[in-house]
Amino acid sequence: MQYRLNVNGTDHSVEVDADTPLLWVLRDAMNLKGTKYGCGAGICGACTVHIDGEPVRSCLMTVSSLGTSKITTIEGLAHSPVGQRVQEAWLKVDVMQCGYCQAGQIMEATALLTRNVAPSDSDITTAMDSHICRCGTYTRIRQAIKLAAAKEA
Amino acid sequence: MLPTELQRVMEGVKHPTRRAVLIASAAAGGALMVGWYAVGKDRTAKDGELNAFVTIAPNNAITIVAKNPEVGQGAKTALAMMIAEELDADWSHVTIAQADLDTAVFKGQYAGGSMMTPENYLPMRQVGAATRALLIKAAAKQWGVAESECSTDKSVVYHRASNKSARYGALAAAAARYEAPDPKTLVLKDPKNFKIIGKPTVGIDSARIVKGTPIYGIDVTVPGMLYAVFQKCPVFGGKVKSANLDVLKKMAGVKDAFIVEGGSKEVFEAEGGTVSSGLLPGIAIVATSWWQADKARKALQVVWDEGPYAATSNESLAKEAEALFLKPATLSLRNTGDTDGALKTAAKVVEARYDYPFIAHVTLEPQNCTAHVANGKAEFWAPTQLPEAARGLVAHTLGIELKNITVHMTRSGGGFGRRLMNDYMVEAAWISKTVGAPVKLLWSRADDIGHDFYRPGGWHQIKAGLDKDGKPVAWKQHFVSFGKDKKFASCAGLSPDSYPAGRIPNVVYGASLIQTGIPMGPLRAPGENALVWVFQSFIDELAHAAGKDPLTYQLELLGKDEKLPGRGDGFSTARSRGVLEKVRQMSGWGRSLPPRTGLGVAFSYCHLGYAAEVAEVSVAKDGALTIHKIWAAVDVGRQIVNPMGAENQCQGGIVDALSHVLNQKITFANGRTVQTNFDGHMPVTMHQVPPMEVAFVLSDNNPTGLGEPVMPPVIPAVTNAIFAACGKRVRSLPIDEKTLAV
Repeated sequence: MQYRLNVNGTDHSVEVDADTPLLWVLRDAMNLKGTKYGCGAGICGACTVHIDGEPVRSCLMTVSSLGTSKITTIEGLAHSPVGQRVQEAWLKVDVMQCGYCQAGQIMEATALLTRNVAPSDSDITTAMDSHICRCGTYTRIRQAIKLAAAKEA
Repeated sequence: MLPTELQRVMEGVKHPTRRAVLIASAAAGGALMVGWYAVGKDRTAKDGELNAFVTIAPNNAITIVAKNPEVGQGAKTALAMMIAEELDADWSHVTIAQADLDTAVFKGQYAGGSMMTPENYLPMRQVGAATRALLIKAAAKQWGVAESECSTDKSVVYHRASNKSARYGALAAAAARYEAPDPKTLVLKDPKNFKIIGKPTVGIDSARIVKGTPIYGIDVTVPGMLYAVFQKCPVFGGKVKSANLDVLKKMAGVKDAFIVEGGSKEVFEAEGGTVSSGLLPGIAIVATSWWQADKARKALQVVWDEGPYAATSNESLAKEAEALFLKPATLSLRNTGDTDGALKTAAKVVEARYDYPFIAHVTLEPQNCTAHVANGKAEFWAPTQLPEAARGLVAHTLGIELKNITVHMTRSGGGFGRRLMNDYMVEAAWISKTVGAPVKLLWSRADDIGHDFYRPGGWHQIKAGLDKDGKPVAWKQHFVSFGKDKKFASCAGLSPDSYPAGRIPNVVYGASLIQTGIPMGPLRAPGENALVWVFQSFIDELAHAAGKDPLTYQLELLGKDEKLPGRGDGFSTARSRGVLEKVRQMSGWGRSLPPRTGLGVAFSYCHLGYAAEVAEVSVAKDGALTIHKIWAAVDVGRQIVNPMGAENQCQGGIVDALSHVLNQKITFANGRTVQTNFDGHMPVTMHQVPPMEVAFVLSDNNPTGLGEPVMPPVIPAVTNAIFAACGKRVRSLPIDEKTLAV
């Protein structure tokens, strides 16, 4: 099936099965490898993208359900000032160990800071708790979110 | 106790069969290359080009090759820092390339055992210092001055007296004409003059990671590549009888589907009778996209021969353990003094039973490999911690000569020991060879959890006798573990020197083994990740039985300063004391605490590093556990190479341990794992992670690694704190909060 998707501000045409999850459309049909596969079941959060600004698990979202939604992936995040601030904070704190989960974490954190410019510790925990960092960088994730929020203020 | 292949590679670093020499050579375009070569001087610049340790181009660009794979432990950055420091490089001009596997040039290309720092700290600095010496030589010659009058800073050689200077790039071609100096003549920097080592440095790939740049194994694409899934028998040791391959072959996108018979029996049974790294039987499905391959798998109908272990379950294993405890241990690991006699005359006897579960690694990037096998050659792009073993395994299984196998190491989305085993690489090779095209094999999460080399579970029965002062005089321990014919399964053993053996006059360590088909292997801090919990918990029990403060009791048991038998140059009681004293001070040990709140302490010597940890917890009356804070004091020698990465490793080690304490347990039923995804085996997430404080105790010892040492003592620190808070002793992991209720 042919689908037209708006990804990172540009329309793209892809030829995939109707039940293909957005994750695999991005990764293998569009060669946008930044969005990661971790569990395929919406548990780990590594595949988080924004659909119309909302953080969504792309492994659970079939291509046929997307319609004209605007999709943002980690590759396009720097177009948003909040996203750029989050990426800079992540780098400044050097959150990463293996780094594999961090695209999803950054997408979630950007969504959080977009709706809540000064999140409390408990706001951060609530928003980020559905993401697994197998290396255990949670302390730094929290620190980077606070740094990004402080830059906004 | 470690997998034999890993032991072999580590041994090769310790006792090299070929002498390594430093060689400088010219590269295309007037560049200087310097590296350690084990092959002697017949190696030409041309064939060495790819894998010189450092290359300086005329435009001043410095390329440093990281020989060890990057799995998130910071190897790429730290190895380059070691070279750049002694080179006096301008760090902003340094780019870091990941080496391919090249055993003719590099020794110890692996990520394991926290060995990257101890094995490389000196040789990498020597490479940097030799390169700097060559650049100085070239400058001095050009200026007609003495080398000793020249100095360097940020990629520039200076002769201050004549106000001359030259960039490294401008000197590279001239420097390449000289012989590299004998390493023995090199004078390394006084650490107090370090400008790069010891400075918090952002990871070399971090900027790419935050932008989603493709750098992991799973991101690899090669022209003409197909995608594969590989379905193995869910029962360990099972194989395929028949499958509906014709149905699959008609599905959208499917290029091929076929049965893989699997490798030889000796490969499966290499490690203590368990399934070992090798080509397991299964069904390969190859398609034009991974999603289509995986979708076809859902339509798969297989008749399996489930083999001899189809009845294995947690209950069956526990029952076998119970039966073994009724009999004497079949393996004697240590027998010093007269333990039974000392137990009879002891003033007090304490007895306990501990058990812990199997655990899976669950690297967040599932196992994957892109392989291209054609015309007797094989090329791989893979996240692997031990590429040399992968090459051997492929050579053995597919009959390809070692020299015809190329391994490109990608960044790994986590390792934790899982990627020391290279089963997914040999699978990818077999599938590629069969379909005659490059193939990316990607495991699903269910494949990963269902076919791990698990951290082995275990059971311990311990009896100790105290004298009238509360000092332990006898310790008798029966360990029920896994293995076959008196040989422990991989990472399922117990060292006869395990602390506190060297501090108690009468000790018996014995073991009995259960034979099983469950694959086992190294998980971060293999052995210690479970044994430290058992030993340090029971020492805490003894302290309470003796009516003594647990931290003071630990210090008294350590006794006088000396080295006990152990890894490296031995277990230092002085360094153990050092971290315990430090964590005592950091945590405010002994302060008064609210009701149902307690502090617990534990320490260990693990992978050449010393760590002591204190946890502060409270336990509500309904058993709900809150971990308020963890303090860690860590001694890995006199120098932290990259404080940024080092602190991150420590924090990660603490978090990893919390997953063991709070969440993770693999359950077996009908010969397979019950868990098929993260649910039921969750790494901790943010709400379970307390504040933590890490401090390094800088002792006058060679720098060692941080991947492992910080992790093990966290587990007993938490469970000892639980006892202090509510009087309930946790003797089974992970914690079941219901058992902590009043």
